[in-house]
Amino acid sequence: MSAFLRRIDGLGWVFLAVVLAAALIVPVLHFAMPPDSPFHMPIHAVSLWGKYLAYALLAISLDLVWGYCGILSLGHGAFFALGGYAMGMYLMRQIGTRGVYAHPELPDFMVFLNWKELPFTWWGFDFFPYAMVMALLAPGALAFVFGWFAFRSRVTGVYLSIITQALTFALLLAFFRNDMGFGGNNGLTDFKDILGFNIQAPETRVALFSFTALALAAGYLIARAMVTSAYGKVLIAIRDAESRVRFLGYRVEHYKLVAFTVSAMMAGVAGALYVPQVGIINPSEFAPANSIEAVIWVAVGGRGTLVGAALGAVLVNFAKTWLTGALPEVWLFALGALFIVVTLFLPRGVIGTWQHWRRQAADKKAANAPEKSPDSPAVEGATP
Amino acid sequence: MNAGLIDRIHGPDVELTHTILYVDGVSVTFDGFRALNKLSLVLKHGEMRAIIGPNGAGKTTMMDVITGKTKCDTGDVMFDGHVDLRKLDEASIANLGIGRKFQKPTVFESQTVQDNLLLAMAGPRSARASLFGWRNRLSDDLYDRTLETVGLKDHRHRMAGDLSHGQKQWLEIGMLLAQDPKLLLVDEPVAGMTDHETMETAHLLRRINETHAVVVVEHDMHFVRELGCKVTCLHEGSVLAEGTIDAVSANERVVEVYLGR
Ligand SMILES: Nc1ncnc2c1ncn2[C@@H]1O[C@H](COP(=O)(O)OP(=O)(O)O)[C@@H](O)[C@H]1O
Ligand SMILES: [Mg+2]
Repeated sequence: MSAFLRRIDGLGWVFLAVVLAAALIVPVLHFAMPPDSPFHMPIHAVSLWGKYLAYALLAISLDLVWGYCGILSLGHGAFFALGGYAMGMYLMRQIGTRGVYAHPELPDFMVFLNWKELPFTWWGFDFFPYAMVMALLAPGALAFVFGWFAFRSRVTGVYLSIITQALTFALLLAFFRNDMGFGGNNGLTDFKDILGFNIQAPETRVALFSFTALALAAGYLIARAMVTSAYGKVLIAIRDAESRVRFLGYRVEHYKLVAFTVSAMMAGVAGALYVPQVGIINPSEFAPANSIEAVIWVAVGGRGTLVGAALGAVLVNFAKTWLTGALPEVWLFALGALFIVVTLFLPRGVIGTWQHWRRQAADKKAANAPEKSPDSPAVEGATP
Repeated sequence: MNAGLIDRIHGPDVELTHTILYVDGVSVTFDGFRALNKLSLVLKHGEMRAIIGPNGAGKTTMMDVITGKTKCDTGDVMFDGHVDLRKLDEASIANLGIGRKFQKPTVFESQTVQDNLLLAMAGPRSARASLFGWRNRLSDDLYDRTLETVGLKDHRHRMAGDLSHGQKQWLEIGMLLAQDPKLLLVDEPVAGMTDHETMETAHLLRRINETHAVVVVEHDMHFVRELGCKVTCLHEGSVLAEGTIDAVSANERVVEVYLGR
């Protein structure tokens, strides 16, 4: 345990402290502060920040594969959406007879489609633990099968990116279809309660926020544990010189598969936490543009830093909320411009650039420090 | 057939089971161009061999075939007398105990010298083993001997990408030592080294050869002489001459295609 804690760096501790403090302080800001206090946090802001934190978890999952293993997934939104659908299906089953058609078992859209019984894909989703297992398993299994074929046939680089994009696009089209049985175009919405608590109640929404913050911290810890282990070193080596790693005897495809599957499951959890806070899941979550947006968050924050990915997700979405309110038609251009600016002028991202400066400063300090006497190497010639 | 080749090269007292590497009649074609043309090469356990030959002779391609990077069109490639390397991929071949240093030094630039050695170090290589296994619990002094041997002890925490060209060559040799394979394939190890460094490298390889079979590709004839081993000269994808360095450098055809160019 202590060995693991030593693997968290200063930046990581700051991140964990901020996220855990938010989990504790946001409930206080909402409930204990009177509504006219400048410190009061209105409930819609709580859910908005809950959404940002769910996106931050998605960004960390993407950074695990892109930043550390060089797999530029343009389809991570698919795993996020699958986790979201698992949660949405649970929430639909909780509506019970309170739907428009008051059917005891079938969600409204199935009654509307004249379906007589629940399709097997929906079995068990009234049971919360089952739904949560599916929020992990559905994205995980998809990533495993997809990765199994892609990594074994050594599809890399832009070709891999394109097929991940195709994957999410195919799912978009599939989930649009009514006969898939996931609510078609309209998706799943009108949720009533979660685990017996009213999903609209401030207490529930604040609790969802705090759970999302905890999940983000846990996601960070898992990713950090992975990338700082010897496994992570192999992962970085694969990113930098894939074929060299094979000649050392590592099965590159297994390493990629583990990272991709864990990452997809993490994205699924993010989606499952996102849906009750925004109150809807529909096929547009599979839109290729969503996955690309997630890539931009990671690029802005700094790939290969985890904390940067989370920060990028919050920063970009904060800007998005503000800008789509003020000048809605400008957002897509702003996003494109942001991507170009970051690629050209800040290729390491915010956190990556900051770390780079710090390392340079440390190097300079080390260079100015008095020369320490070198150990005598067996082969003197190798030292300049 | 096997006995025939071995007799030709080593005399009747050597059998296939005594070979660490057995390459016979290997041809490789790239888009109609024959990079290897019925190449044959036999290496006994514990042997060191120097491979010389002009640029484009097929030396690197031969290593590619042995390590599974390139598949050969025809011919046999056997390791340790009985393992058919043609059927295996790079990772399996590496795990059999064949290590390789590349012509262009390839170290993991964004990781420290010590982490480069950690990645190379012999031991289980599964994802599970590296997530939870011993590779996470190595103490720093485990690297000391290797770092000392290759003269990088003062550089253990530097990024491999910050090393000089020669130091990268050394690090890659250090990685081979950490990997501890049965057979080392070393492609142009002294390119970019000073004369002094070149001689040190020759001595180090001779020391490594006390416990490992080694194949060294190199142009530098002083270096090859220093290795003091049998020499094979390749030309246009096949063996032109084989024997002591003096015999090979005196060979008329070798002088014609290589030394006298
Ligand atoms: N992947 C490849 N595709 C096409 N031609 C190649 C490839 N690899 C090597 N060659 C060609 O094969 C020949 C032998 O190359 P190589 O084995 O690298 O020579 P050496 O290492 O002896 O200098 C060269 O003419 C080279 O251009
Ligand atoms: Mg070569």
